[in-house]
Amino acid sequence: MNGLGIIKGMVETARNFVGSYHDAERLTTVQYPEQKLPPVENARTIPFLVFDGDDAMAGLRCTACVICEKECPPQCIYIVKDQVKKPDYVGKMQVQPKVFDIDISVCMSCGICVEVCPFDAIKMDQVFELSTGDRFGKLLLDKKQLAKPNDYFVKLHKTEATEIDVRREEDKRKAEAAAAAKAAAAKPPAAPGGAT
Amino acid sequence: METLEQIKARIEAAVPGARVEIVPNSSPANQPSLLLDRGHARAVAEFLRDDPALAFDYASNATGVDWPEKTIKEKIKVKKMVGDVEKEVEEVCERKTPAYLEAVYHLYSMARKHGPLILRLRTENRADQVTLPSLTPVWRSCEFQEREIFDLYGVHFEGHPDLRRILMWPEFTDFPMRKDYVEPDDYEYEPTPHDDVLTRARQHYPGGAPA
Amino acid sequence: MSASTIPSALAEPASDHQMLEVSLGPQHPSTHGVFRMDVVLDGEEVVKLKPVFGYLHRNHEKIAEKCTYLGSLPYTDRLDYICSLTNNWAYAMTVEKLAGLVAPERAEYIRVILSELTRLINHSALAGFLLQDMGALGTPLMYAFREREKILDLFESLTGARMMCNYMRFGGCRCDLPPGWIEQTKNLVANFPKFLDEFESLLTGNEILQARTEGVGVLTPQLAVNAGVTGPMLRATGVNYDIRKVDAYGVYGRFNFRVPLGERGDVFDRYMIRILEMRESLKILDQALRDIPGGPIMDPKAKLRNLRPKPGEVYGRIEGPKGELGFYLISDGGPNPYRYRIRPPSLINLTILEDMCLGQTIADAVVILGSVDIVLGEVDR
Repeated sequence: MNGLGIIKGMVETARNFVGSYHDAERLTTVQYPEQKLPPVENARTIPFLVFDGDDAMAGLRCTACVICEKECPPQCIYIVKDQVKKPDYVGKMQVQPKVFDIDISVCMSCGICVEVCPFDAIKMDQVFELSTGDRFGKLLLDKKQLAKPNDYFVKLHKTEATEIDVRREEDKRKAEAAAAAKAAAAKPPAAPGGAT
Repeated sequence: METLEQIKARIEAAVPGARVEIVPNSSPANQPSLLLDRGHARAVAEFLRDDPALAFDYASNATGVDWPEKTIKEKIKVKKMVGDVEKEVEEVCERKTPAYLEAVYHLYSMARKHGPLILRLRTENRADQVTLPSLTPVWRSCEFQEREIFDLYGVHFEGHPDLRRILMWPEFTDFPMRKDYVEPDDYEYEPTPHDDVLTRARQHYPGGAPA
Repeated sequence: MSASTIPSALAEPASDHQMLEVSLGPQHPSTHGVFRMDVVLDGEEVVKLKPVFGYLHRNHEKIAEKCTYLGSLPYTDRLDYICSLTNNWAYAMTVEKLAGLVAPERAEYIRVILSELTRLINHSALAGFLLQDMGALGTPLMYAFREREKILDLFESLTGARMMCNYMRFGGCRCDLPPGWIEQTKNLVANFPKFLDEFESLLTGNEILQARTEGVGVLTPQLAVNAGVTGPMLRATGVNYDIRKVDAYGVYGRFNFRVPLGERGDVFDRYMIRILEMRESLKILDQALRDIPGGPIMDPKAKLRNLRPKPGEVYGRIEGPKGELGFYLISDGGPNPYRYRIRPPSLINLTILEDMCLGQTIADAVVILGSVDIVLGEVDR
């Protein structure tokens, strides 16, 4: 019969239509913004800077090595090094950035800056509701807007953050043990002088 | 597929007067190419397509490459008179490599499932003698690609059925892919604060540049 | 009636009517991107057709001369923006040939799995869009996209992004598979044939689809080979040339799959070839997911930063979902490529668009363009 193929197709459509009332697989629409999909661990949108502790500027992990600026393909990162140094998590004095700007209208979320950072200082965020009316002012994020605490990082990327935290604790412990050993080695020359 | 030397010998036998050179390729990929002269390129291409053993019926890719003039400083040993004694002295001498535009064609065979065979055609110079014979009458797949080489490099293909700009708009005058192409000042509209981009873009914003 | 009372318009001979020149302009719902066709019509029949593009030309080849080799990898995602992982693989493979790096086995298996998943999403998107062009108003498109979403969710959990994946690296892959990913993929591959059966029962027997696509846009094998057409368009004409079988790049030599070929070379054959290729991809996925070994995913000799291949040149190609995607790289020993060229399958497949459309009606021209499967990011780069 001519038209049988069309009727078979309509049966499929009807099956989907009726099925969408009781089968979760058929009803695939998510009613955004009332309903939101759960975030995926690996997702990436724009970068952010990680800081440890409470003070955003003092605890910033970034040491302004400018590797991310060099490797960024669309050149959206702009770094100016500061003359003042600050101590990092093991106590060594490190350079810090005075200006760290990312133009997120240019950033293409490739994640290369995250891959090449040797200090785990820049990681990928998952925010996507970034639209503003001002293209040049609001879409150029500076150091203060980019800095987010380590707890936020743990919430976003749990496996990676906990691994990094374990490693940093280990390094800190080793540095403290080395410093204590050095202090103990420096003390005995004074003791014979005091014993006499 | 036969080796490149065998193919070269057969081309020279089949198309009299054709000058074919083998251009070596020093990367681990090992894909040397054949340099053809402009006068006999079309005849060589037809031989490669019609020969039953080679049967290169599929031209996969046609690329333009820009080789501007380069000055190479080399140290060579020269026998010179120093005082009364003839000694070997190292002298720095400058050599200019020729400047030309090049079209590279990659050929494969769908009938015999072998390849690639790489052909190169070079123009005389980069300024006024920039014509090359078009291989579009032999392989239709070169049609759009040769138009693109014309559009972006400025190579004029003789014998192309429809040579006009393909990716840039028709009133555009420069050749963007050449190595000496200068971008217009207001090229980047989003001034991420990178020094020279920002200063050049600032001139074009009324009332001062943002950020 | 005497001759003087006949109105002058009717007295003119019929062959003196004018041709209508239409610009099927860059903004059009069926042109698959910003693509323009200047069509000269005789009534409704196409007499001349010239494709015009360049509206999305970003000069990726020049940008790549300023970026490092790693830096142009994210730009390759944006070429054929529907199938970003196959673009990444083609570029990574070419640089590996140029620099002499070898990817380990697990990385090669992961690459094959992701590439076949990409083929599935491309062909289902194409089938949906082809039906959309024919006026099916979105129902098959949304069914296809429902399955595509499941695969895009898999990509997001592995690579971090749904479309711009940026996953392959020179010498392997960027990161290893998260736990549970293989099971999710096996689940998806097990459920996909059910979707394909539903899709085929919805469409393939449909008389309207058959009437609009059979005999339309016929392409002969000789013209296809000479014009450099590759991919499903070439195999629909009957020429057996699949680069996965010819070059056997990666680990494709280990998998058992067939290459579907068409008979007539019309739009219906191209549509059916894509459905059959989806079934073959499922076979490859089954085998790859079963056999994937453990081990490292990066070549230990590969460096992330400061890759400087020796001077030389190379041309590497893969069988992308749209045809042969090739990269031609010339290195001069520095960190940036000297010449970076992409051989775009969509652009070359457009060469014979005019030949296929001559003599057909303008509605058929839209359907033929839909079956060529172009993505403007690749045509214009």
